[in-house]
Amino acid sequence: MTKVVLSARGLVIRFGGVVAADGVDLDVQAGEHLAIIGPNGAGKTTFLNIATGYLKPQAGSVEFLGQDITAHSPRAITRLGIARAFQIPQLFLEHTVIESLLIAAASRNGRLATLRSLEDLPEREEMMQLLELVGARDAAEHKAVVLPEGRRKLVDIAMALALKPKLVLMDEPTSGVASAEKFAIMDVLVAALNAQAVTSVFVEHDMDVVQRYADRVAVWSSGKIQTVGTPREVLADPAVISQVIGI
Amino acid sequence: MWRRHRVLIGATLVGLAAIGVLPMASPSIVTLLALILAKGVVVLGIIVLLQAGQVSFGHAMFFAAGAYAVAFYGRYVGVGDMLLYLVFGAVAGGVLGLIVGLFVVRYREIFFGMLNLAFSMVLWSLLEKMFHYTNGADGIRVARPALVGLTFTPDQFSYVLLYLSFAIAVAALFAVQRYLESPLGSMLRAIKSNETRLEYLGISARRVLLVGYVTSAVLAGLGGSLVAVIQQIATPEFAYWTKSGEFVFIAILGGTGHALGAFAGAAVFEFVRFYASAQLADAWQMILGFVLIAIILLAPAGLIGIVRRRSAGERSAA
Ligand SMILES: Nc1ncnc2c1ncn2[C@@H]1O[C@H](COP(=O)(O)OP(=O)(O)OP(=O)(O)O)[C@@H](O)[C@H]1O
Ligand SMILES: [Mg+2]
Repeated sequence: MTKVVLSARGLVIRFGGVVAADGVDLDVQAGEHLAIIGPNGAGKTTFLNIATGYLKPQAGSVEFLGQDITAHSPRAITRLGIARAFQIPQLFLEHTVIESLLIAAASRNGRLATLRSLEDLPEREEMMQLLELVGARDAAEHKAVVLPEGRRKLVDIAMALALKPKLVLMDEPTSGVASAEKFAIMDVLVAALNAQAVTSVFVEHDMDVVQRYADRVAVWSSGKIQTVGTPREVLADPAVISQVIGI
Repeated sequence: MWRRHRVLIGATLVGLAAIGVLPMASPSIVTLLALILAKGVVVLGIIVLLQAGQVSFGHAMFFAAGAYAVAFYGRYVGVGDMLLYLVFGAVAGGVLGLIVGLFVVRYREIFFGMLNLAFSMVLWSLLEKMFHYTNGADGIRVARPALVGLTFTPDQFSYVLLYLSFAIAVAALFAVQRYLESPLGSMLRAIKSNETRLEYLGISARRVLLVGYVTSAVLAGLGGSLVAVIQQIATPEFAYWTKSGEFVFIAILGGTGHALGAFAGAAVFEFVRFYASAQLADAWQMILGFVLIAIILLAPAGLIGIVRRRSAGERSAA
Protein backbone atom coordinates (compact mmCIF):
# COMPACT_ATOMS: atom_id res chain seq x y z
CA MET A 1 0.00 0.00 0.00
CA THR A 2 1.72 3.15 -1.13
CA LYS A 3 1.03 6.53 0.32
CA VAL A 4 0.50 9.65 -1.77
CA VAL A 5 2.72 12.51 -0.68
CA LEU A 6 1.85 15.16 -3.20
CA SER A 7 -1.35 15.21 -5.17
CA ALA A 8 -2.25 17.70 -7.92
CA ARG A 9 -5.76 17.83 -9.34
CA GLY A 10 -6.95 19.72 -12.41
CA LEU A 11 -4.29 22.44 -12.33
CA VAL A 12 -4.85 25.20 -14.85
CA ILE A 13 -2.78 28.32 -15.37
CA ARG A 14 -2.62 30.64 -18.35
CA PHE A 15 -0.19 33.41 -19.15
CA GLY A 16 -1.88 35.49 -21.80
CA GLY A 17 -2.29 33.07 -24.69
CA VAL A 18 0.01 30.41 -23.24
CA VAL A 19 -1.61 27.63 -21.26
CA ALA A 20 1.26 26.49 -19.07
CA ALA A 21 -0.89 24.08 -17.06
CA ASP A 22 -3.93 22.64 -18.76
CA GLY A 23 -5.58 20.21 -16.37
CA VAL A 24 -2.59 18.64 -14.65
CA ASP A 25 -3.33 15.62 -12.44
CA LEU A 26 -0.42 13.92 -10.71
CA ASP A 27 0.17 11.80 -7.61
CA VAL A 28 3.64 11.46 -6.15
CA GLN A 29 4.11 8.32 -4.04
CA ALA A 30 6.04 8.23 -0.80
CA GLY A 31 9.69 7.33 -1.29
CA GLU A 32 9.69 7.41 -5.08
CA HIS A 33 11.86 9.46 -7.42
CA LEU A 34 9.66 10.85 -10.14
CA ALA A 35 11.20 12.38 -13.23
CA ILE A 36 9.43 15.05 -15.24
CA ILE A 37 10.43 15.26 -18.87
CA GLY A 38 9.14 17.27 -21.78
CA PRO A 39 10.17 19.88 -24.35
CA ASN A 40 11.10 23.47 -23.52
CA GLY A 41 8.11 25.53 -22.50
CA ALA A 42 5.95 22.47 -21.73
CA GLY A 43 5.17 23.76 -18.25
CA LYS A 44 7.52 21.69 -16.08
CA THR A 45 8.86 24.59 -14.05
CA THR A 46 5.37 26.05 -13.87
CA PHE A 47 4.22 22.87 -12.15
CA LEU A 48 6.95 23.25 -9.52
CA ASN A 49 5.98 26.90 -9.11
CA ILE A 50 2.38 25.95 -8.41
CA ALA A 51 3.30 23.06 -6.13
CA THR A 52 5.41 25.37 -3.98
CA GLY A 53 2.89 28.20 -3.86
CA TYR A 54 4.91 30.62 -5.98
CA LEU A 55 2.13 30.71 -8.56
CA LYS A 56 -1.57 30.32 -7.79
CA PRO A 57 -3.43 28.17 -10.32
CA GLN A 58 -6.59 29.55 -11.91
CA ALA A 59 -8.22 26.18 -11.28
CA GLY A 60 -7.32 22.99 -9.47
CA SER A 61 -5.66 22.18 -6.17
CA VAL A 62 -2.51 20.73 -4.64
CA GLU A 63 -2.47 18.57 -1.54
CA PHE A 64 0.59 17.67 0.50
CA LEU A 65 0.15 14.77 2.93
CA GLY A 66 -3.57 15.24 2.76
CA GLN A 67 -3.50 18.99 3.42
CA ASP A 68 -4.65 21.50 0.82
CA ILE A 69 -1.67 23.81 0.17
CA THR A 70 -2.90 25.52 -3.00
CA ALA A 71 -3.24 28.91 -1.32
CA HIS A 72 -0.18 28.58 0.92
CA SER A 73 2.91 30.77 0.52
CA PRO A 74 6.25 29.23 -0.50
CA ARG A 75 7.40 29.83 3.07
CA ALA A 76 4.47 27.96 4.62
CA ILE A 77 4.89 25.10 2.17
CA THR A 78 8.61 24.92 2.91
CA ARG A 79 7.86 24.68 6.60
CA LEU A 80 5.52 21.77 5.92
CA GLY A 81 8.42 19.83 4.40
CA ILE A 82 8.75 20.58 0.69
CA ALA A 83 12.11 21.96 -0.40
CA ARG A 84 13.01 23.18 -3.84
CA ALA A 85 16.12 23.42 -5.97
CA PHE A 86 15.84 25.86 -8.86
CA GLN A 87 16.47 25.69 -12.57
CA ILE A 88 18.37 28.96 -12.21
CA PRO A 89 20.20 28.72 -8.88
CA GLN A 90 18.80 31.02 -6.20
CA LEU A 91 21.69 31.76 -3.90
CA PHE A 92 22.77 34.38 -1.41
CA LEU A 93 25.48 35.76 -3.63
CA GLU A 94 27.17 37.89 -0.99
CA HIS A 95 27.37 35.08 1.57
CA THR A 96 29.88 32.28 1.54
CA VAL A 97 28.51 28.87 0.64
CA ILE A 98 28.80 27.54 4.17
CA GLU A 99 27.05 30.63 5.55
CA SER A 100 24.20 30.10 3.11
CA LEU A 101 23.80 26.51 4.23
CA LEU A 102 23.96 27.53 7.88
CA ILE A 103 21.16 30.00 7.28
CA ALA A 104 19.11 27.08 5.97
CA ALA A 105 20.05 24.98 8.99
CA ALA A 106 19.23 27.84 11.36
CA SER A 107 15.82 28.11 9.76
CA ARG A 108 15.21 24.39 9.98
CA ASN A 109 16.10 24.22 13.65
CA GLY A 110 14.46 27.50 14.60
CA ARG A 111 17.70 29.17 15.63
CA LEU A 112 16.48 32.69 15.12
CA ALA A 113 16.63 34.18 18.59
CA THR A 114 20.24 33.24 19.23
CA LEU A 115 23.05 35.76 19.29
CA ARG A 116 25.56 33.03 18.56
CA SER A 117 27.63 33.66 15.50
CA LEU A 118 26.22 31.94 12.43
CA GLU A 119 29.68 30.49 11.87
CA ASP A 120 29.63 28.76 15.25
CA LEU A 121 26.30 26.97 14.93
CA PRO A 122 26.47 23.27 15.85
CA GLU A 123 25.11 22.37 12.39
CA ARG A 124 28.34 23.47 10.77
CA GLU A 125 29.86 20.01 10.48
CA GLU A 126 26.61 18.56 9.17
CA MET A 127 26.51 21.26 6.49
CA MET A 128 30.13 20.59 5.53
CA GLN A 129 29.20 16.94 5.04
CA LEU A 130 26.28 17.96 2.91
CA LEU A 131 28.63 19.99 0.72
CA GLU A 132 30.91 16.99 0.52
CA LEU A 133 27.95 14.93 -0.59
CA VAL A 134 27.11 17.20 -3.51
CA GLY A 135 30.80 17.52 -4.32
CA ALA A 136 31.19 21.17 -3.42
CA ARG A 137 33.06 21.05 -0.15
CA ASP A 138 36.01 22.96 -1.57
CA ALA A 139 33.66 25.87 -2.30
CA ALA A 140 32.57 26.21 1.34
CA GLU A 141 34.45 29.41 2.08
CA HIS A 142 33.85 31.02 -1.29
CA LYS A 143 31.23 33.64 -1.89
CA ALA A 144 28.51 32.24 -4.09
CA VAL A 145 28.96 35.15 -6.50
CA VAL A 146 32.37 33.85 -7.63
CA LEU A 147 31.21 30.29 -8.34
CA PRO A 148 30.70 29.06 -11.90
CA GLU A 149 27.17 28.03 -12.89
CA GLY A 150 27.72 24.29 -12.40
CA ARG A 151 28.80 24.69 -8.80
CA ARG A 152 25.99 27.10 -8.10
CA LYS A 153 23.54 24.41 -9.05
CA LEU A 154 25.11 21.99 -6.62
CA VAL A 155 25.01 24.55 -3.83
CA ASP A 156 21.40 25.30 -4.70
CA ILE A 157 20.55 21.60 -4.30
CA ALA A 158 22.47 21.47 -1.04
CA MET A 159 20.42 24.40 0.28
CA ALA A 160 17.25 22.45 -0.39
CA LEU A 161 18.61 19.31 1.26
CA ALA A 162 19.84 21.28 4.27
CA LEU A 163 16.20 21.68 5.26
CA LYS A 164 15.81 17.89 5.63
CA PRO A 165 12.60 17.97 3.65
CA LYS A 166 10.07 15.17 3.25
CA LEU A 167 9.78 15.98 -0.44
CA VAL A 168 12.33 17.72 -2.62
CA LEU A 169 11.53 19.23 -6.01
CA MET A 170 14.57 19.68 -8.24
CA ASP A 171 14.52 21.56 -11.51
CA GLU A 172 17.16 20.03 -13.82
CA PRO A 173 19.60 19.14 -11.02
CA THR A 174 22.36 17.99 -13.36
CA SER A 175 22.05 20.63 -16.06
CA GLY A 176 25.16 22.48 -14.94
CA VAL A 177 27.26 19.39 -14.53
CA ALA A 178 29.47 17.86 -17.22
CA SER A 179 28.03 14.61 -18.65
CA ALA A 180 30.87 12.58 -17.24
CA GLU A 181 30.04 13.71 -13.70
CA LYS A 182 26.27 13.41 -13.88
CA PHE A 183 26.07 9.82 -12.76
CA ALA A 184 28.53 10.35 -9.93
CA ILE A 185 26.49 13.24 -8.57
CA MET A 186 23.18 11.46 -9.01
CA ASP A 187 24.53 8.29 -7.39
CA VAL A 188 25.27 10.06 -4.12
CA LEU A 189 22.24 12.30 -4.33
CA VAL A 190 19.78 9.45 -4.78
CA ALA A 191 21.55 7.35 -2.17
CA ALA A 192 21.28 10.22 0.29
CA LEU A 193 17.60 10.72 -0.49
CA ASN A 194 16.94 7.02 -0.02
CA ALA A 195 18.86 6.92 3.23
CA GLN A 196 16.60 9.59 4.67
CA ALA A 197 13.46 8.36 2.93
CA VAL A 198 13.07 11.63 1.06
CA THR A 199 10.66 11.58 -1.87
CA SER A 200 11.79 13.51 -4.93
CA VAL A 201 10.48 15.00 -8.13
CA PHE A 202 13.09 16.09 -10.62
CA VAL A 203 12.83 17.76 -13.99
CA GLU A 204 15.41 16.26 -16.31
CA HIS A 205 16.45 16.57 -19.94
CA ASP A 206 19.06 13.81 -19.92
CA MET A 207 17.31 10.52 -20.72
CA ASP A 208 20.23 8.45 -19.45
CA VAL A 209 19.78 10.04 -16.04
CA VAL A 210 16.03 9.46 -16.19
CA GLN A 211 16.52 5.83 -17.20
CA ARG A 212 18.93 5.18 -14.41
CA TYR A 213 17.47 7.02 -11.43
CA ALA A 214 13.74 7.57 -11.90
CA ASP A 215 11.20 5.14 -10.49
CA ARG A 216 8.51 6.73 -12.65
CA VAL A 217 8.46 9.28 -15.43
CA ALA A 218 5.80 11.88 -16.19
CA VAL A 219 5.87 13.31 -19.68
CA TRP A 220 4.80 16.95 -20.06
CA SER A 221 3.57 18.41 -23.30
CA SER A 222 1.97 21.84 -23.77
CA GLY A 223 0.77 22.09 -20.19
CA LYS A 224 -0.60 18.54 -20.09
CA ILE A 225 0.69 15.26 -18.80
CA GLN A 226 0.92 13.03 -21.82
CA THR A 227 1.83 9.80 -20.04
CA VAL A 228 3.11 8.52 -16.73
CA GLY A 229 4.93 5.21 -16.31
CA THR A 230 8.15 3.45 -15.57
CA PRO A 231 11.19 4.69 -17.50
CA ARG A 232 11.24 1.42 -19.44
CA GLU A 233 7.64 1.87 -20.65
CA VAL A 234 7.75 5.57 -21.25
CA LEU A 235 11.10 5.84 -22.97
CA ALA A 236 10.09 3.08 -25.37
CA ASP A 237 6.86 4.84 -26.34
CA PRO A 238 7.18 6.01 -29.98
CA ALA A 239 5.09 9.14 -29.32
CA VAL A 240 7.36 10.16 -26.46
CA ILE A 241 10.45 9.43 -28.49
CA SER A 242 9.35 11.63 -31.37
CA GLN A 243 7.89 14.52 -29.40
CA VAL A 244 10.03 14.76 -26.31
CA ILE A 245 13.32 13.17 -26.98
CA GLY A 246 13.19 14.36 -30.54
CA ILE A 247 14.91 11.55 -32.39
CA MET B 1 36.64 36.15 20.84
CA TRP B 2 39.81 38.26 20.84
CA ARG B 3 40.63 37.39 17.29
CA ARG B 4 37.17 37.99 15.98
CA HIS B 5 36.80 41.30 17.76
CA ARG B 6 40.33 42.50 17.08
CA VAL B 7 39.11 45.37 14.93
CA LEU B 8 36.45 46.53 17.36
CA ILE B 9 38.79 46.34 20.32
CA GLY B 10 41.42 48.27 18.41
CA ALA B 11 38.87 50.92 17.48
CA THR B 12 37.71 51.14 21.08
CA LEU B 13 41.26 51.82 22.23
CA VAL B 14 41.73 54.48 19.56
CA GLY B 15 38.45 56.05 20.64
CA LEU B 16 39.47 55.93 24.27
CA ALA B 17 42.74 57.67 23.45
CA ALA B 18 40.85 60.29 21.43
CA ILE B 19 38.41 61.19 24.18
CA GLY B 20 41.27 61.21 26.68
CA VAL B 21 43.68 63.37 24.71
CA LEU B 22 41.62 65.68 22.49
CA PRO B 23 39.89 67.56 25.34
CA MET B 24 43.33 68.45 26.74
CA ALA B 25 44.14 70.21 23.51
CA SER B 26 40.86 72.07 23.45
CA PRO B 27 38.21 71.78 26.18
CA SER B 28 35.53 73.12 23.84
CA ILE B 29 35.77 69.85 21.98
CA VAL B 30 34.21 67.78 24.77
CA THR B 31 30.64 68.39 23.72
CA LEU B 32 31.50 67.94 20.06
CA LEU B 33 32.98 64.52 20.79
CA ALA B 34 29.91 63.47 22.77
CA LEU B 35 27.72 64.57 19.89
CA ILE B 36 29.79 62.55 17.42
CA LEU B 37 29.39 59.43 19.52
CA ALA B 38 25.66 59.96 20.00
CA LYS B 39 25.09 60.49 16.30
CA GLY B 40 27.29 57.51 15.52
CA VAL B 41 24.86 55.37 17.52
CA VAL B 42 21.98 56.60 15.33
CA VAL B 43 23.96 55.97 12.15
CA LEU B 44 24.71 52.46 13.37
CA GLY B 45 20.98 51.86 13.00
CA ILE B 46 21.07 53.14 9.41
CA ILE B 47 23.90 50.73 8.69
CA VAL B 48 21.87 47.83 10.10
CA LEU B 49 19.12 48.54 7.57
CA LEU B 50 21.61 49.02 4.77
CA GLN B 51 22.69 45.41 5.30
CA ALA B 52 19.29 44.49 3.90
CA GLY B 53 19.81 46.97 1.06
CA GLN B 54 17.15 49.31 2.46
CA VAL B 55 17.67 53.03 2.99
CA SER B 56 15.37 54.86 5.36
CA PHE B 57 14.90 58.56 4.67
CA GLY B 58 12.83 58.94 7.80
CA HIS B 59 14.92 57.69 10.67
CA ALA B 60 14.94 61.13 12.23
CA MET B 61 11.47 60.24 13.51
CA PHE B 62 12.97 57.71 15.91
CA PHE B 63 15.76 60.10 16.79
CA ALA B 64 13.10 62.68 17.65
CA ALA B 65 11.04 60.10 19.53
CA GLY B 66 14.01 59.48 21.82
CA ALA B 67 14.67 63.18 22.27
CA TYR B 68 11.04 64.05 22.98
CA ALA B 69 10.67 61.12 25.37
CA VAL B 70 13.32 62.86 27.46
CA ALA B 71 11.85 66.33 26.92
CA PHE B 72 8.31 65.27 27.82
CA TYR B 73 9.52 63.49 30.90
CA GLY B 74 11.30 66.62 32.04
CA ARG B 75 8.31 68.77 31.26
CA TYR B 76 5.50 66.67 32.69
CA VAL B 77 7.14 64.54 35.35
CA GLY B 78 10.17 66.49 36.42
CA VAL B 79 13.89 66.17 35.91
CA GLY B 80 14.68 62.47 35.75
CA ASP B 81 17.87 60.50 35.99
CA MET B 82 20.14 60.23 32.95
CA LEU B 83 19.93 56.43 32.87
CA LEU B 84 16.16 56.62 32.97
CA TYR B 85 16.27 59.05 30.07
CA LEU B 86 18.33 56.64 28.03
CA VAL B 87 15.96 53.78 28.71
CA PHE B 88 13.00 55.98 27.80
CA GLY B 89 14.67 57.15 24.63
CA ALA B 90 15.46 53.61 23.52
CA VAL B 91 11.97 52.36 24.37
CA ALA B 92 10.29 55.31 22.62
CA GLY B 93 12.34 54.64 19.49
CA GLY B 94 11.64 50.92 19.69
CA VAL B 95 7.89 51.23 20.19
CA LEU B 96 7.49 53.73 17.38
CA GLY B 97 9.81 51.55 15.29
CA LEU B 98 7.58 48.53 15.84
CA ILE B 99 4.43 50.43 14.87
CA VAL B 100 5.90 52.03 11.76
CA GLY B 101 7.94 48.92 11.00
CA LEU B 102 4.93 46.61 10.82
CA PHE B 103 3.83 48.75 7.91
CA VAL B 104 7.03 49.64 6.06
CA VAL B 105 8.70 46.21 6.06
CA ARG B 106 6.31 45.16 3.30
CA TYR B 107 8.01 47.59 0.96
CA ARG B 108 11.43 47.72 -0.58
CA GLU B 109 13.88 50.22 -1.96
CA ILE B 110 12.44 53.53 -3.12
CA PHE B 111 9.01 52.76 -1.64
CA PHE B 112 10.59 51.80 1.66
CA GLY B 113 12.69 54.95 1.70
CA MET B 114 9.83 57.27 0.81
CA LEU B 115 7.33 55.68 3.20
CA ASN B 116 9.77 56.25 6.01
CA LEU B 117 10.10 59.83 4.88
CA ALA B 118 6.33 60.22 4.88
CA PHE B 119 5.96 58.87 8.41
CA SER B 120 8.71 61.13 9.66
CA MET B 121 7.02 64.18 8.13
CA VAL B 122 3.82 63.29 9.94
CA LEU B 123 5.71 63.24 13.22
CA TRP B 124 7.49 66.47 12.35
CA SER B 125 4.24 68.31 11.68
CA LEU B 126 2.66 66.92 14.84
CA LEU B 127 5.59 68.26 16.83
CA GLU B 128 5.27 71.62 15.09
CA LYS B 129 1.51 71.96 15.30
CA MET B 130 0.69 70.58 18.74
CA PHE B 131 2.05 73.73 20.26
CA HIS B 132 0.25 73.26 23.51
CA TYR B 133 2.22 70.13 24.29
CA THR B 134 5.41 70.64 22.35
CA ASN B 135 6.06 74.41 22.25
CA GLY B 136 6.03 74.07 18.48
CA ALA B 137 9.14 75.10 16.62
CA ASP B 138 10.76 76.47 19.78
CA GLY B 139 11.04 72.98 21.15
CA ILE B 140 11.32 71.89 24.76
CA ARG B 141 14.31 72.66 26.90
CA VAL B 142 15.94 69.73 28.63
CA ALA B 143 17.33 70.42 32.09
CA ARG B 144 20.58 68.80 33.16
CA PRO B 145 19.72 65.47 34.83
CA ALA B 146 21.55 63.63 37.57
CA LEU B 147 23.34 60.37 36.84
CA VAL B 148 22.41 57.55 39.23
CA GLY B 149 21.61 60.22 41.79
CA LEU B 150 24.88 62.12 41.41
CA THR B 151 24.67 65.76 40.39
CA PHE B 152 27.35 67.66 38.50
CA THR B 153 28.36 71.18 37.58
CA PRO B 154 27.82 72.01 33.88
CA ASP B 155 31.53 71.60 33.27
CA GLN B 156 31.74 68.25 34.94
CA PHE B 157 28.56 67.16 33.27
CA SER B 158 29.96 67.71 29.77
CA TYR B 159 32.69 65.22 30.64
CA VAL B 160 30.18 62.84 32.17
CA LEU B 161 28.19 62.96 28.96
CA LEU B 162 31.29 62.31 26.91
CA TYR B 163 32.21 59.22 28.90
CA LEU B 164 28.65 58.00 28.98
CA SER B 165 28.27 58.48 25.22
CA PHE B 166 31.49 56.61 24.72
CA ALA B 167 30.32 53.70 26.87
CA ILE B 168 27.01 53.56 25.00
CA ALA B 169 28.72 53.79 21.62
CA VAL B 170 31.07 50.93 22.46
CA ALA B 171 28.25 48.78 23.82
CA ALA B 172 26.11 49.52 20.75
CA LEU B 173 29.01 48.77 18.42
CA PHE B 174 29.69 45.37 19.96
CA ALA B 175 25.99 44.52 20.18
CA VAL B 176 25.35 45.43 16.55
CA GLN B 177 28.39 43.50 15.38
CA ARG B 178 27.17 40.50 17.32
CA TYR B 179 23.70 40.84 15.86
CA LEU B 180 24.99 41.12 12.32
CA GLU B 181 27.05 37.96 12.75
CA SER B 182 24.12 36.01 14.22
CA PRO B 183 21.73 33.99 12.05
CA LEU B 184 19.16 36.80 12.03
CA GLY B 185 21.77 39.36 11.07
CA SER B 186 23.01 37.12 8.27
CA MET B 187 19.46 36.74 7.03
CA LEU B 188 19.23 40.52 6.91
CA ARG B 189 22.00 40.52 4.32
CA ALA B 190 20.20 37.71 2.48
CA ILE B 191 17.24 40.05 1.95
CA LYS B 192 19.53 42.15 -0.17
CA SER B 193 20.74 39.30 -2.36
CA ASN B 194 17.83 36.87 -2.66
CA GLU B 195 14.54 37.22 -0.89
CA THR B 196 13.00 34.41 -2.93
CA ARG B 197 15.47 31.89 -1.58
CA LEU B 198 14.97 33.19 1.92
CA GLU B 199 11.24 32.47 1.69
CA TYR B 200 12.03 29.07 0.18
CA LEU B 201 14.09 28.31 3.27
CA GLY B 202 10.97 28.91 5.34
CA ILE B 203 12.11 32.31 6.58
CA SER B 204 9.90 35.38 6.62
CA ALA B 205 11.88 38.20 5.04
CA ARG B 206 9.44 40.67 6.56
CA ARG B 207 10.01 39.41 10.06
CA VAL B 208 13.77 39.43 9.57
CA LEU B 209 13.57 43.01 8.34
CA LEU B 210 11.25 43.98 11.18
CA VAL B 211 13.79 42.87 13.75
CA GLY B 212 16.44 44.92 11.97
CA TYR B 213 14.08 47.86 11.73
CA VAL B 214 13.18 47.88 15.41
CA THR B 215 16.84 47.47 16.30
CA SER B 216 17.71 50.49 14.21
CA ALA B 217 14.84 52.48 15.74
CA VAL B 218 16.05 51.63 19.26
CA LEU B 219 19.52 52.88 18.33
CA ALA B 220 18.06 56.07 16.87
CA GLY B 221 15.94 56.63 19.97
CA LEU B 222 18.91 56.06 22.22
CA GLY B 223 21.01 58.49 20.20
CA GLY B 224 18.16 61.00 20.21
CA SER B 225 17.85 60.94 23.98
CA LEU B 226 21.60 61.47 24.29
CA VAL B 227 21.60 64.39 21.86
CA ALA B 228 18.64 66.02 23.62
CA VAL B 229 20.60 66.02 26.87
CA ILE B 230 23.86 67.07 25.20
CA GLN B 231 22.20 70.00 23.43
CA GLN B 232 19.73 70.58 26.28
CA ILE B 233 16.80 70.81 23.89
CA ALA B 234 14.46 68.84 21.65
CA THR B 235 12.95 70.60 18.64
CA PRO B 236 10.84 69.45 15.67
CA GLU B 237 14.02 69.84 13.59
CA PHE B 238 15.08 66.56 15.17
CA ALA B 239 12.40 64.83 13.09
CA TYR B 240 12.86 66.86 9.90
CA TRP B 241 13.78 65.12 6.68
CA THR B 242 17.10 66.92 6.40
CA LYS B 243 18.06 65.27 9.68
CA SER B 244 17.17 61.86 8.24
CA GLY B 245 19.21 62.73 5.18
CA GLU B 246 22.11 63.69 7.39
CA PHE B 247 22.15 60.24 9.00
CA VAL B 248 22.17 58.53 5.61
CA PHE B 249 24.84 60.96 4.44
CA ILE B 250 27.04 60.08 7.43
CA ALA B 251 26.52 56.36 6.83
CA ILE B 252 27.63 56.63 3.19
CA LEU B 253 30.50 58.89 4.17
CA GLY B 254 31.74 56.50 6.82
CA GLY B 255 31.10 53.34 4.85
CA THR B 256 28.30 50.85 5.25
CA GLY B 257 30.37 47.69 5.10
CA HIS B 258 31.33 47.81 8.76
CA ALA B 259 29.65 49.09 11.91
CA LEU B 260 32.68 51.28 12.61
CA GLY B 261 31.84 53.35 9.55
CA ALA B 262 29.09 55.02 11.59
CA PHE B 263 31.59 56.61 13.93
CA ALA B 264 34.19 57.40 11.31
CA GLY B 265 31.52 59.17 9.28
CA ALA B 266 30.07 61.02 12.27
CA ALA B 267 33.53 62.22 13.32
CA VAL B 268 34.40 63.63 9.90
CA PHE B 269 30.94 65.13 9.44
CA GLU B 270 30.85 66.92 12.79
CA PHE B 271 34.45 68.10 12.63
CA VAL B 272 33.97 69.56 9.17
CA ARG B 273 30.76 71.21 10.28
CA PHE B 274 32.32 72.55 13.46
CA TYR B 275 35.47 73.99 11.95
CA ALA B 276 34.19 74.91 8.51
CA SER B 277 31.19 76.74 9.91
CA ALA B 278 33.49 78.69 12.21
CA GLN B 279 35.75 79.71 9.30
CA LEU B 280 33.37 79.98 6.40
CA ALA B 281 29.95 80.56 7.95
CA ASP B 282 27.55 79.12 5.39
CA ALA B 283 29.99 77.15 3.31
CA TRP B 284 30.19 74.04 5.45
CA GLN B 285 27.48 72.27 3.50
CA MET B 286 29.43 72.90 0.34
CA ILE B 287 32.60 71.49 1.87
CA LEU B 288 30.73 68.42 3.10
CA GLY B 289 29.21 68.09 -0.34
CA PHE B 290 32.64 67.99 -1.93
CA VAL B 291 33.88 65.55 0.67
CA LEU B 292 31.00 63.21 -0.09
CA ILE B 293 31.48 63.51 -3.86
CA ALA B 294 35.14 62.66 -3.40
CA ILE B 295 34.26 59.67 -1.23
CA ILE B 296 31.69 58.31 -3.65
CA LEU B 297 34.00 58.73 -6.64
CA LEU B 298 37.26 57.64 -5.07
CA ALA B 299 36.28 55.35 -2.21
CA PRO B 300 32.77 54.00 -2.62
CA ALA B 301 33.22 51.81 0.46
CA GLY B 302 33.50 54.97 2.54
CA LEU B 303 36.14 56.07 5.02
CA ILE B 304 36.14 52.71 6.69
CA GLY B 305 36.72 51.13 3.30
CA ILE B 306 39.90 53.18 2.89
CA VAL B 307 41.19 51.99 6.25
CA ARG B 308 40.31 48.41 5.42
CA ARG B 309 41.96 48.51 2.02
CA ARG B 310 45.11 49.94 3.57
CA SER B 311 45.36 47.32 6.26
CA ALA B 312 44.58 44.57 3.78
CA GLY B 313 47.32 45.95 1.52
CA GLU B 314 49.80 46.00 4.37
CA ARG B 315 48.91 42.48 5.35
CA SER B 316 49.44 41.14 1.85
CA ALA B 317 52.67 43.13 1.51
CA ALA B 318 54.00 41.69 4.77
N1 LIG C 1 5.44 33.86 -14.76
C1 LIG C 1 5.20 33.69 -16.09
N2 LIG C 1 4.65 34.69 -16.82
C2 LIG C 1 4.39 34.52 -18.12
N3 LIG C 1 4.63 33.40 -18.80
C3 LIG C 1 5.17 32.37 -18.14
C4 LIG C 1 5.48 32.47 -16.75
N4 LIG C 1 6.01 31.29 -16.34
C5 LIG C 1 6.02 30.50 -17.42
N5 LIG C 1 5.52 31.13 -18.50
C6 LIG C 1 5.34 30.55 -19.82
O1 LIG C 1 4.73 29.30 -19.64
C7 LIG C 1 5.30 28.32 -20.50
C8 LIG C 1 5.84 27.18 -19.68
O2 LIG C 1 7.03 27.63 -19.03
P1 LIG C 1 7.89 26.70 -18.07
O3 LIG C 1 8.98 27.54 -17.52
O4 LIG C 1 7.01 26.03 -17.10
O5 LIG C 1 8.47 25.64 -19.09
P2 LIG C 1 9.48 24.44 -18.84
O6 LIG C 1 8.77 23.20 -19.21
O7 LIG C 1 10.05 24.53 -17.49
O8 LIG C 1 10.58 24.73 -19.93
P3 LIG C 1 12.18 24.58 -19.88
O9 LIG C 1 12.49 23.17 -20.23
O10 LIG C 1 12.66 25.52 -20.95
O11 LIG C 1 12.63 24.98 -18.54
C9 LIG C 1 6.33 29.04 -21.34
O12 LIG C 1 5.74 29.43 -22.55
C10 LIG C 1 6.67 30.24 -20.52
O13 LIG C 1 7.07 31.31 -21.35
MG1 LIG D 1 11.88 24.92 -16.70
